[in-house]
Amino acid sequence: MRVAVDLELCQGHGVCESEAPGVFELAKNHKVTILEGSPGENRRAEVEAAVRFCPTTALRIVEED
Amino acid sequence: MTIATDRREPPRVSGGEGDTGHLEELRRDPIALMNRVRSECGDIGIFELADRDVVLMTGASANEFFFRAPEEQLDQAEAYPFMTPIFGEGVVFDASPERRREMLHNQALRDKFMRGHAATISDEVEQMVAGWDDEGEIDLLDWLAELTIYTSSACLVGKRFRRELDKRFAQLYHDLEQGTDAIAYVDPYAPIESFRRRDAARVGLVELVQGIMERRAASTGSDGPGTADGSGTATAEDDRDLLDVLMSITNEDGTPRFLANEVTGMFISMMFAGHHTTSGTAAWTLIELLRHPDIMASVIDELGELYAEGAEVSYQALREMPHMESAIKEALRLHPPLILLLRVAKEDLECDGYAIKAGQMVGASPSVSNRIPEDFPDADSFVPDRYLDPRVEDRANPWTWIPFGAGRHRCVGAAFAMMQLKAIFSVLLLDWEFELAQAPDTYRNDHSKMVVQMQQPCVVRYRRKSARPTTGSSPGAAL
Repeated sequence: MRVAVDLELCQGHGVCESEAPGVFELAKNHKVTILEGSPGENRRAEVEAAVRFCPTTALRIVEED
Repeated sequence: MTIATDRREPPRVSGGEGDTGHLEELRRDPIALMNRVRSECGDIGIFELADRDVVLMTGASANEFFFRAPEEQLDQAEAYPFMTPIFGEGVVFDASPERRREMLHNQALRDKFMRGHAATISDEVEQMVAGWDDEGEIDLLDWLAELTIYTSSACLVGKRFRRELDKRFAQLYHDLEQGTDAIAYVDPYAPIESFRRRDAARVGLVELVQGIMERRAASTGSDGPGTADGSGTATAEDDRDLLDVLMSITNEDGTPRFLANEVTGMFISMMFAGHHTTSGTAAWTLIELLRHPDIMASVIDELGELYAEGAEVSYQALREMPHMESAIKEALRLHPPLILLLRVAKEDLECDGYAIKAGQMVGASPSVSNRIPEDFPDADSFVPDRYLDPRVEDRANPWTWIPFGAGRHRCVGAAFAMMQLKAIFSVLLLDWEFELAQAPDTYRNDHSKMVVQMQQPCVVRYRRKSARPTTGSSPGAAL
């Protein structure tokens, strides 16, 4: 899986950083930076929680086969 | 920069023949006016507010244009002249998206502070119901407006400041909110009663804050709260709040940087967005649940399971309340606290083939868009299930499900608001039973001001539940 972000929607709440540390981080401009664009399957639950609880629906998971 | 020849001016809605256009209708029945714009003109139509056109946009396509437009095209700062006398000159109603992210980062709305806020809010509700008898009546506007003054001051300014407030602050704050008559579009200082009360209320709030600042200054003596270690002062370091911080900032000559007037303006503006909005939504959620007993039962069952004996009630659990959350979302859809969002066009623009001229106001209406039947089947009914899988009508309609706005200017407090509402109802619905004290259709919003509030009377009865099946695990303690 790959994670994608719509930076126009991100407001820097930091939910993703709490849910999936190491995959997401808030940058100096208070917007999300993706540290791990293609996280392993073992991180799936955390990444899904980050997507689900993002207050601005700025995050998506793109499935790759 | 050539203007395409096929760009037309948007159609104009009927009515508005007087000197001030549709101003009187906007003050009397704004939702009927805005619905008429959509039914007569379609997604884009014009009504007249005093000497200005308002291009009203509804529906997904026009709303997306509205919410995605950058500040240089659609400016928010000039669009709300009725807020300037409330906040004071120099405190803007809204900040740029960049500044908003900074504020979010610094100002306790971040996710990592939410856990603490959940416990704070729960404590505030417990304190308010501690004054209740086993049964009685409350007016929802009075009670919730007071509660949300305490919760927002505790979470945004700090608990120390909150402890120095009482009902007087809430009553003055309410007078401020009532001072938002749309007549401000003609003259924000017009000689009308609600504006006089507004200005008197602001003076009263400054006096209260001044008194708090003087008591703090006196109690800390020369070793002010600004000292780094905090030892030897009356303020424990972990009790320091935003007011202590502001009081510790000095000019180069050692005089205080912020006086009571400016501090009050800052606190009014910080608390404004989260106050009447949360209070009104809590009222409508309770009213709709009482009008729909089957849905109330499912919400109470859900709470019962979450807070069952032995269960760990965490912030995580507070987030996972699908029935409660859906009920709140549906109350927000049907009764959005902000019914008209406004901007000013800074340049000539085009949307869906229509010309928008620099200087025109541009509006989006949550009240109208939230009830578009193509997006929300059975649009006028309270149907919380529409948010459950697979319908998820809020996420499926990001440009028309807009109680919090959308896009660049989406409410930064939305997550905080949802958490707060769930925390409030976790306490209220577990320990108390409620019933409507008026005919169900007599609960209404008062639309005579730009800040929408419940129309009084809006009374409900409460009764203490005989016994909780659980012991010693109140949600307040467990949060």
